[in-house]
Amino acid sequence: MKLSLHPLDLKLLRDLWHMRGQVLAIAAVIMGGVATLVMSLSTYDSLTTTRDRFYAEYRLAEVFAVLKRAPESAAERLRAVPGVDRLETRVRAGVKLEVQGFSDPITGMLLSVPDSGLSLLNELHMKRGRRVEPYSSDEVVVSDTFAEGHRLEPGDRIAAIINGKRKALTVVGVAVSPEYVYQIAPGSMFPDFKRYGVLWMGRNALGAAYDMEGAFNSVTATLERGAHVQEVIDRFDGILANYGGTGAYPRKDQFSNRFLSEELKQLQTMATVFPAIFLGVAAFLLNVVISRLIALQREQIAILKAFGYAHQAIAAHFVKFVMVVVVIGVAAGTALGAWFGRGLSDVYMETTFRFPYLDYLLNAGVVLMALAVSALAAVSGTLVAVFRAARLTPAEGMRPETPTLYRATIIERLGLQRWLTAPSRMIARHIERRPVKSLLTILGIACASGLMMVGNYQKGAIDFMVDVQFRHAAREDLALTFIEPTSGKALHELAALPGVVHVEGFRDVPAILRFQNHSHRAALYGIQPDGSLHRSLDRTLQPIAVPAGGVVLTDHLASKMLQVRPGDMLSVEILEGRRRTVELPVLGITQQYLGVSAYMQKESLNELLREGNVVTGAYLAVEPGREAEVYADLHERPRVLGMVANATAIRSFYATIGEFVLFYNLVATVLAGAIGFGVVYNSARIALSEGGRELASLRVLGFTRGEIAYILLGELAVLALVAIPVGMLVGIGLVGILVVAFESELYRLPLILTAENYAMGATVIVVSALLSGGLVWRQLGRLDLIGVLKTRE
Amino acid sequence: MDIAEQHELVFRARGLTKIYRMGEVEVKALRGIDLDLHAGELVVLLGPSGSGKSTLLNILGGLDTPTAGDVYYLDHNLTAAGDRDLTLFRRDHVGFVFQFYNLIPSLTARENVAVVTEISTAPMRPEEALALVGLGERLDHFPAQLSGGEQQRVAIARAIAKNPAVLLCDEPTGALDSQTGVVVLEALEKVNRDLGTLTVLITHNAGIAAMADRVVRLSDGHVVESRANATKLPAHALSW
Repeated sequence: MKLSLHPLDLKLLRDLWHMRGQVLAIAAVIMGGVATLVMSLSTYDSLTTTRDRFYAEYRLAEVFAVLKRAPESAAERLRAVPGVDRLETRVRAGVKLEVQGFSDPITGMLLSVPDSGLSLLNELHMKRGRRVEPYSSDEVVVSDTFAEGHRLEPGDRIAAIINGKRKALTVVGVAVSPEYVYQIAPGSMFPDFKRYGVLWMGRNALGAAYDMEGAFNSVTATLERGAHVQEVIDRFDGILANYGGTGAYPRKDQFSNRFLSEELKQLQTMATVFPAIFLGVAAFLLNVVISRLIALQREQIAILKAFGYAHQAIAAHFVKFVMVVVVIGVAAGTALGAWFGRGLSDVYMETTFRFPYLDYLLNAGVVLMALAVSALAAVSGTLVAVFRAARLTPAEGMRPETPTLYRATIIERLGLQRWLTAPSRMIARHIERRPVKSLLTILGIACASGLMMVGNYQKGAIDFMVDVQFRHAAREDLALTFIEPTSGKALHELAALPGVVHVEGFRDVPAILRFQNHSHRAALYGIQPDGSLHRSLDRTLQPIAVPAGGVVLTDHLASKMLQVRPGDMLSVEILEGRRRTVELPVLGITQQYLGVSAYMQKESLNELLREGNVVTGAYLAVEPGREAEVYADLHERPRVLGMVANATAIRSFYATIGEFVLFYNLVATVLAGAIGFGVVYNSARIALSEGGRELASLRVLGFTRGEIAYILLGELAVLALVAIPVGMLVGIGLVGILVVAFESELYRLPLILTAENYAMGATVIVVSALLSGGLVWRQLGRLDLIGVLKTRE
Repeated sequence: MDIAEQHELVFRARGLTKIYRMGEVEVKALRGIDLDLHAGELVVLLGPSGSGKSTLLNILGGLDTPTAGDVYYLDHNLTAAGDRDLTLFRRDHVGFVFQFYNLIPSLTARENVAVVTEISTAPMRPEEALALVGLGERLDHFPAQLSGGEQQRVAIARAIAKNPAVLLCDEPTGALDSQTGVVVLEALEKVNRDLGTLTVLITHNAGIAAMADRVVRLSDGHVVESRANATKLPAHALSW
């Protein structure tokens, strides 16, 4: 059977084939947009679905509370709170861990699991091994990140210092928990698989080891459908106040879940901002290309209309052309986006989030949405040109287009023309003749550069954050926490340890900060105002001494979360002891990129708590090379609960984010390359098509290929050169959007762009320009010198 | 005495053959042309369309190469020249005028001439060349602001400004009405007379032949006639 196509469709196919270079270049830009859209949304869908399924199947609690100690009988009162569905009490113990052959300090969280049957809530998913045998005294299940960090397998032996007593433990299983999808040590900045572990132990065994027999210090609950979360929390707080409760909190404030939500929110941002850029550029390119195609086919269109083709048929013809480009772009973008999405999901699974499984999902809806959005952008970009084609009367179409009127450029009006050769004037006038097109071209190229900068931005930003955090603010080598508030005299003991150079104590207490209708639960830190290790920084990153009698807040906490300004009075509810609420003036703002905190002078906080010289932890400076010795010493001290060593934390953090950085660099390079090449190559081809006759005439007059290339590519070179600084501005703008969009209480990205970022941005432009220039140079060799003289334009 | 014999031989073509392949079809545009052209001559190439006039002119001007035969410009063999040499040949020695002007729309009249003088070794000033064709007053107009005849005269000024040895004109009045055409021809006549440039003019309009020193008639790829014009008319006396 002979396939018969409508002649107009045949024309369409041939036009497409003839313009395949440009078609592919535009499709590549659309591909970039669709790829980011599909990558972000499919990863978002996958993580959301996986999370929801994991939370539901393993019954993650909806309300969490931590307290000092309550008898098991108190649980009945909690269960009786209206709206509570299931409630489970447990023992949680902060511990020091020991793993054979690893000398750095390891902190751990030991959580109890019921000895009778499965947990009601926060059930474990066993990856290997088995659950803890009921009433066994030394069996533990370890979190899979910790197992991975130390290559632990069921049967391995580790030890924990629980309440100052060493206890040998046997690993019987490896698990993930919905409560610890994201695992990070309290007070730590980054996940560290080796130096922080969550372990689960039988309730009786842990109760015995932690002096919590018949008592609990942690409670979690799910709610009945329709229950009011805040009411339940308030009732819990009322009941637990007598037992040293530090305030119940809902699932949305649960750390792991909150971090996961933030990350998902960022994926949504990626799914809007970046595709919008790509599709905007694609719309512009299609407009330019279709406008040119219509200009070239003016007479053909006129003839078709003379034969009786209706406006709609002509318009449909060009819309079809655009749609073919869109479909190619969407198909390629979906494939690339699915690949990126899988890659991104894998990176998440390996480095950040621990789910028992990952359901990678590419919804048909996402693809349809990509198609719809791309088609909308592309068609709206070309609609003006198509409309003009459809409106052309046949007689008008068959007349030549009125010649373009050029004017002297601003350069000449300024009297600078004697500095320009005729070819240079041609370049200047071409650019000036169509300022909008020139501007959009510059903007398009600049977008490529900006995207490249965004893709490469993270590394520098993270370096900067780490530098600020660890070399300016938290300069201690080691931060340790005591098991409970301790006399400041303990600091002298620490200072006397061999290898310890300097010690500064701190007092921290959980508190709820309130201002007007805003509130936030944060740690209130009392630090030494004259301290040289742990310091507050001002906006210029200079250390500031915390004044007496008030609080200094992290910038984000003050301006975004509490909307409080220096001078305002903050209501502070201390979640310890007698749970006093006091009014404190805000005395300053400190710049901090990681986390949010409130700072006071240690003495002021001690006074507020009506206690003497009490500390909860200390910052230590350690003589280089003697860290292991100091760790070992501190490890033996029963009052020392946990230690965080900054240098090792930074190293492990870089190992974790390395993959992310590489992944984003890869994505950014591919996509920025697509945009850069798409815009530059199309501009060059259009310029060649429009100026071909002129250039051929000049060749006839004796210009060499190099000389006409100067005219054609010179225009592009000027646009590309202008695009470099514009690209840098676009880069700054995009990074600014990113910074604002990713801002959360967990961290804020600094708006820092390095020389390397700028260089990468410029490189994309230069490489795209050279590549396109090379391709067009070949075309210039094939100019038809004779043909051009025989035909009227 | 014939001009041809007093003056230096500029072009010498022998056995020029040009065969185009247009898809499946072979087109024999030139079938063995022998032709001598001398300095200072004004030669009109006459012939119907498809007779090979333009092909011959393109080969003489270094825009095309013959399939067989030789063409010499002075003592340079154009047949053997590559793209680079032909570009230089056009740049230094040939002025072209085309039916459709082929001006650069983004350049003014003066600049359209300057675009050539900038790359020439001993050009006249653009203003001078434009004055020669009677456009001394319209130097700073863009092509879109000039009439057809004016545009064609800019093209002539552009062609002659480099002081070429030869001026090749392909239907220079083809797109113009007769009155405007005469003005353009007057410009060509003046250039030929004042500068002594060998001028070859293609036309299918026999009326124009009266202003030539010599008329060469082509048909079907052959030179069928080459005759000196006994009574040469000034351009202003022509009409068609």
